[in-house]
Amino acid sequence: MLNFFEPNRIFAITSKAPKYVFFIFILVLIIGLVEALVISPEDYIQSHSVRIMYVHVPAAWISIGIFSIISILSFGILLLKIKNFSLVAKSLAPSGLVFNIIALVTGSIWGKPTWGTWWAWDARITSMLILLLFYLIYILAWRIFENTNQVNKITSFIAILGLINVPIIKFSVDWWSTLHQPASINLLSETSIHSSMLIPLSIMTAAFTLFALLIFLMKYNTELIKIKNKGLDRL
Amino acid sequence: MYGKKVKLRAIFLLFSIVIVILAVFLVLKTLEEDVVYFISPTEIKNLPEINTKKIRIGGMVKKDSIKTTSDQINFIITDFKSEINVSFSGSVPNLFAEEKGVVAEGFLKDRNYFDATKILAKHDENYMPPEVKESLQAK
Repeated sequence: MLNFFEPNRIFAITSKAPKYVFFIFILVLIIGLVEALVISPEDYIQSHSVRIMYVHVPAAWISIGIFSIISILSFGILLLKIKNFSLVAKSLAPSGLVFNIIALVTGSIWGKPTWGTWWAWDARITSMLILLLFYLIYILAWRIFENTNQVNKITSFIAILGLINVPIIKFSVDWWSTLHQPASINLLSETSIHSSMLIPLSIMTAAFTLFALLIFLMKYNTELIKIKNKGLDRL
Repeated sequence: MYGKKVKLRAIFLLFSIVIVILAVFLVLKTLEEDVVYFISPTEIKNLPEINTKKIRIGGMVKKDSIKTTSDQINFIITDFKSEINVSFSGSVPNLFAEEKGVVAEGFLKDRNYFDATKILAKHDENYMPPEVKESLQAK
């Protein structure tokens, strides 16, 4: 188990992985874009602006998902002091931030023709903005503090506090009246998105997940190289 | 299995999380009026008093209620229990239609009349191609 956390062993795998992930990402992205922009039908009421959803929804899902993973890893960092987890969490943050911004911007572009406004201070949109602030403060904290022990503690604490915001984002549309529509895809009840629109949505989600994985691997490799160059820190 | 320090850290984390959740919950509870984006016509009916603050009312546009004159558009917002008359001058979003969700921002004149300064269309959670919608309506 300890051997597996040897930086050289991990690096042997993660340094080769990006080119394969990149190849699969391009492949899935092309299929996804063709499905989303050409094959899938227009909506009965929004017509073509429904296509924005195929970027908006996967981006929002992934940004929330990545933050949840960072928070869960942070428990391991704070409680058990697993050093490798801090590298993983640190490397996950940038792609989460990017997808959070994409979700907010595409939502805004969709909101103007559909709702008639670029922005509304409703519970869903505001809680997504708070998630963005958590991402920013998390990434900033990694840059500000230099002492390894201190930076691990502070960033993990930020991520764990931010985890409280995650269920608020998810259930904001059920708890309060919002301009944002409630969830269309439910695990327990029937989904209210037609299957012809569910296909591009799933493929685009897969493509974005691969992209997040790619950015993560590249960032993670950089972190490993930094540690190898220092030569002192063992994971 | 884990040392005493790990247990202490776990307790510290648990308590911090509980405290923050409680704080967030209390803040959201107190601010409930501001967290909700709009209120329903029924809630307007039950208001103890009408103040001049800008508010938002949400619900469905009642069937056959939209009446357009040269400079004004009038319609009724309903939540299927209560209704309120809305008048608005300006352009409405493309998705504004009868039997669709709407959010009107503006000022209450009384419990039955609302002067809107902005109209937003609310989209529901249903996504489907036009053909599917037609076959659904045929049923």
